[in-house]
Formats: sequence, structure tokens, C-alpha cells
Amino acid sequence: MAISLIPSNRKMKGQKVSTEGDNKVVRGSILVKRGFAHMQKHGVIMDVTNVEQAQIAEEAGAVAVMVLDKLPYDVRKAGGVARTAGVRTIEEIMNAVSIPIMAKCRIGHYSEAKMLETCAVDMIDESEVLTPADEENHIWKWEFTTPFVNGAKNLGEALRRIEEGASMIRTKGEPGTGNVAEAVNHIRKLNKEIRLLRAAYLDNDYQEIIKLARDYMVSMEVALEVGKLGRLPIVNFAAGGITTPADASFLMKLGCDGVFVGSGIFKSEDPSLRAKAVVLATTFYDNEKEVLEAQKMVDEKKSLIGLDTKNLELRMQERGPSV
Amino acid sequence: MNPILKVGILSIQGDIEENSNAIKESFEELEIEGTVIYMKDLHDLDEIDGLIIPGGESTVIGMLLFLQGVQPDLIRKKIQEGLPILGTCAGLILLSNKAYDKTIGETKQALLKVLDVTIERNAFGRQHESFESELDIPYLGERRFNGVFIRGPAITEIGNNVEIIAEYDKKIVAVRQNNILGTSFHPELANDNRFHINLVKLMAEYNRSKKRK
Repeated sequence: MAISLIPSNRKMKGQKVSTEGDNKVVRGSILVKRGFAHMQKHGVIMDVTNVEQAQIAEEAGAVAVMVLDKLPYDVRKAGGVARTAGVRTIEEIMNAVSIPIMAKCRIGHYSEAKMLETCAVDMIDESEVLTPADEENHIWKWEFTTPFVNGAKNLGEALRRIEEGASMIRTKGEPGTGNVAEAVNHIRKLNKEIRLLRAAYLDNDYQEIIKLARDYMVSMEVALEVGKLGRLPIVNFAAGGITTPADASFLMKLGCDGVFVGSGIFKSEDPSLRAKAVVLATTFYDNEKEVLEAQKMVDEKKSLIGLDTKNLELRMQERGPSV
Repeated sequence: MNPILKVGILSIQGDIEENSNAIKESFEELEIEGTVIYMKDLHDLDEIDGLIIPGGESTVIGMLLFLQGVQPDLIRKKIQEGLPILGTCAGLILLSNKAYDKTIGETKQALLKVLDVTIERNAFGRQHESFESELDIPYLGERRFNGVFIRGPAITEIGNNVEIIAEYDKKIVAVRQNNILGTSFHPELANDNRFHINLVKLMAEYNRSKKRK
């Protein structure tokens, strides 16, 4: 099997089948949606708020840009309600760069997401960086032709989002803090939990697998798939607090498939060099010399001054539905 | 004893592991011993019997490849000697002579220029237009091949020595120029390894010809 298509028994309203000429054409299938996420692997996706930043990101080697109204750091400062980016800004960026465009919608906000799909963004991030619109429910993502990425702090969250139709997962971390510690926590937790399932699978201990599945509040089917693969069935990126090239290299070493950088780049005082340096450190994450060279490109005095994640007024990772 | 075939996969960005899986399965199916070498640059082409350039973002792969220095003459020489190459989606774009995009015009991206074709990037639209469809590809046999197009490019012009191996909706989506195979779609995601199997066969031939020299 080329890529995992689990769970396999969902009604997928977002999958559109048509006949064009002699060809039967399928859009929005699991394969096409997850395949898109696979094309982002080993790359860096950068948060941007305008055309100029999107062009800097593209030139620096970003695989995609994520359009927001405010960078997470500014969301914290501004307070109030953070919503999806302006449609005009998104369209301007679409016309200015050739790489994929992603945009964030509020957790549970079906109409914001549908609007982004109609606007033709390439991927939608149902994100805790924005103020959740529904405290009980995430979006049922199988109804969309456009793929979704969702945040997760642990294996249970990741698998529940996959059951709802997410095509890609990222760690939540603690966005806008310039502090990578929470992203590290989340990927370590995820890895540890995957190891438990993998061990149970290798021992053929189905009783243990179903128990873990119940703990994580997910189906036996996805739990078994994780046991079989020894990893998440879909692409998993690092996000939340990545600021330096070394941060990116570290998260890649912990097993992430790629990296999202939010405030880290455009809230620093050396954005274009830093953007390129983070790309280099992600590509060559396991080559110490290259990571050093990348780190030399940035000036620590110009880094986003970080925040202590323990004493924050707003813990973005805690927002949204608990299940 | 049969030689162990070595396939290099350009491992800068994109679906590297998916191509690795497809080629490993192809080795098994043909009962040929083979190994995968993950390459971040194209400096050591002597040691490999075949090369895969995976899908991903062509601008990113190109930029990081050229940053490390590329010797197009060396690559062209190897291709003339018969080094087989498979480029899928972004890989096809990187191999091409010229690439442009409907909205932003000719993309000023770094290209290897070894495959005599012109490419229109994102020719089928953005991700919500991405699709899968069964293609007739006589080169692979009678059974149709599931073409997975993800923001896929199309080939708009071809040189004299380029053979069309697949079309979709009157657009050229797969070509062969001697030992170079290029596809707009992603055979590594199709769960059907016939492209990768053909690459292994070309690799075996190339390996034998190297020995004779």
C-alpha cells in the first residue's frame, strides 16, 4: 500500500465523482487529499499575513504559505476574537506566488471553512490559534473536497482528528511564544503512545490494543493501523514556537515529517535570512555542519523574544473541544 | 552472481519515502537485489544505476539542489551513457527545459534542462481540482493505470526525440526520452508499481552496459 487510507468506512460527501469526456474523474478522495500532504514532507510551511511576506517565504524555499490575519504573537497581544484572514488578502497572495496557499479557520466553524474551500485555498487549518467557534465539536471534514490539517497534543487527539477526516496533523505546541518546549512535549508524548500501540501489535495483544483505543476514544481500526505502521497513518508536522534553525532540526530529529513556522520568522528582525536558514536546517536536519551553517545565518539578538509557556494568560493548546 | 542495483532518490523535499517503498516493492517483484541511496545532491552519479526525482515543490527542490552546486554537463553525460531517471510531478518539472505558470508567467526557477519538454505548472488547477483518473498507457500494458494528479503539471511542448506515453484530456501527462521517464501524476501513490518496475528493468540494462565497458 502506497499510503494509508484508514479509516475506510466513512461517508465522504467531499469526494466528487464525475465523467469528463471518456474519463471517470474523482476529486477530493482520501488519496488525493492525503497525497497533497505527502508532497509537503521535509518542507517548511510559513505563516504570512500579506503578499510581501508570502513572496519572501517563497523565495526562501517554503513549500507552502499559511495565510492569517495576525501572526500568533500578535493574536496574543491584540486579545479579542481572532478570525480567519481577509478573503482579499488570500486572493492577492494566490495571484502572487506559485506554491500552495493554506489558510486557518476557527475550530468548528463550518461556514468559515466552506468559504475558504470556495475561495480555493489548497489546505485548511482548523486551528486553535483562532478563537474556537464551537466548544463541543470539530468540523466533520469528510464533507470537504479540500484537505484539512489539525493540531494535536497527543495520539488520542491526532487519531480523533483523523477519524473526522483530517489529512494532515501538526503538533499544537504553544504558538506565538517563540518557545519550542511545548511542541517538543507534544511530539514526545505522541511518540511514546505510538510505541505502546506498536508493542501491543507486535505481541498480537488485541485486548491491549482495544483498551488503548478506548483510552484514546478512537476506533479499533485506526489503533490497529498505528500499531501496524508504527507511526501516524498520515503526515505529521511540527508546529508551535519554532524560532531558530536548530529548533527545526530538533523537531525533525524527533520524527516530524516537516515544520510549520509561525511568528518565529516574521516577528524576528531578520525574516528573509531566517526563513532560508530554517529551510536549510529542515532539509539537512541530520547534518550537524549544515545546521551550524544555517544557525550562523541568523542573529540571536534578532530572534523573537520568547514567552514562558507556563504563565501565559492564553494557552492556545487548551482551547476548543476536549474530545 | 547478479549485481545489487543501486537507485538514488533525490532526498531534498517531497514524497521520498513513498518512492522508496515503490521501488523496493519493484525489486522484490522482479526478484532483483537492489538498494536505495538517499541523495541530497547530484554529485555522485557514478555509484548509482538509476535516479528518482520525487514529487514535492519543484521550486524548493530546485533551489536547494542548485545551492549545493549542480554540474549539468556531468548529468547530461551520465544520461547519454544511459543512466535511467524517473521524475514524478515536481521531478518532471525539474528535468524539463522550461516551466511556466498561468497566473505568474514563466517561473524563474532552477531547472536541470535534460528533458526536452516545456511544462505548464498547476495545469489542472489548485488542490480542490486535484484528481485521480484511470489512464490508458500502452507502454505499461493493457491494464489501465490510476493517475493521481496533485496540483499536477502538464507538458505543452515536446522535442523530436520525446515519445508521448500518456495523455489525459488532450494534455500530455507522461513522456519518455530514451532512458528518462517523466510523469505529471504520482505513480508512487497509485499502489501500482509498473513505472517503478520499468525503471528497475532500465537500471538492470544500464548496469550490464556499464560492465561491458
